[in-house]
Amino acid sequence: MYVTINGNQTELDDDSSLQQLLQHLKIGEGRIAIELNGEIIPRSQFQQQLLSKGDRVEIVQAIGGG
Amino acid sequence: MNEVADKPLDIAGITYRSRLIIGSGKYKDFQENLAALETSGAEIITVAIRRVNLGQNSDEPNLLEVISPDTYTILPNTAGCYTAEDAVRTCRMARELLNGHKLVKLEVLGDQKTLYPNVTETVLAAETLVQDGFDVMVYTSDDPLIAKRLEEVGCIAVMPLGAPIGSGLGIRNPYNIRLILENASVPIIVDAGVGTASDASIAMELGCDGVLMNTAIAEAKQPVLMASAMRKAVESGREAFLAGRMPRRLYASASSPIDGTFF
Repeated sequence: MYVTINGNQTELDDDSSLQQLLQHLKIGEGRIAIELNGEIIPRSQFQQQLLSKGDRVEIVQAIGGG
Repeated sequence: MNEVADKPLDIAGITYRSRLIIGSGKYKDFQENLAALETSGAEIITVAIRRVNLGQNSDEPNLLEVISPDTYTILPNTAGCYTAEDAVRTCRMARELLNGHKLVKLEVLGDQKTLYPNVTETVLAAETLVQDGFDVMVYTSDDPLIAKRLEEVGCIAVMPLGAPIGSGLGIRNPYNIRLILENASVPIIVDAGVGTASDASIAMELGCDGVLMNTAIAEAKQPVLMASAMRKAVESGREAFLAGRMPRRLYASASSPIDGTFF
């Protein structure tokens, strides 16, 4: 299935969880936040939150800024 | 020397020794940023919230691994937001990212060329964020009425610009900053416009509670040395404010006595 991650179309296995997505992208869970279709998903739910076709995922981090 | 008792800067119930807040943008690398931070004495540092880079360098170090939230107060900003909605969304992501941390720097911009704040969207965003439990430090214009309005909405600090972001033009309207200070009952922190040490001193001499700067340090030829200059400028400006400056006079007033002259 295809989902949109940070604006990019990405192919994932059906029923992938957010945790599996992060592992696939090699992103650690510690210093990020995730929005799924506009809703923030708490870190504690990354494991059970499954993705569906067409989902929009935003993964953000803190970077340098003023 | 008798030091004048100064009340410490209180932001959201935390007391800070330093009245300088610095940014983390435009530095050569995290190490230079950290060195400037340590030298500046600042205890609060701003960060931006952006998409993670996918695919490339996904294992590169994270800013928060170099500048630790355990040592410093991280102040996430809403830089780049042009609507209240985007700013609120950014703050909520920041709160999640920082494990429930409620302190944010709200800025809603209105124009790409001047980066001047859109104050109507800023007020809307501030209202929503305060209701949502955030401690909002708000970037705004130097309009005293808007500054007061943002305080009334519940912002914990109001941060008027001295000049446009990254311009280094200094404190262009000290009289407006004075008007804002006169009516304020929350900390007033000049945010944006400082170009060099004397600008920071001017802000502090006016009676501001603090100064926030990024480019003035990051874009100096020697950022760490400028960070040192800024620490001293903020401290000396504060001391000069507390000491109370002499009155301005149009004509001279001799410093040596007239009595006892022998000529």
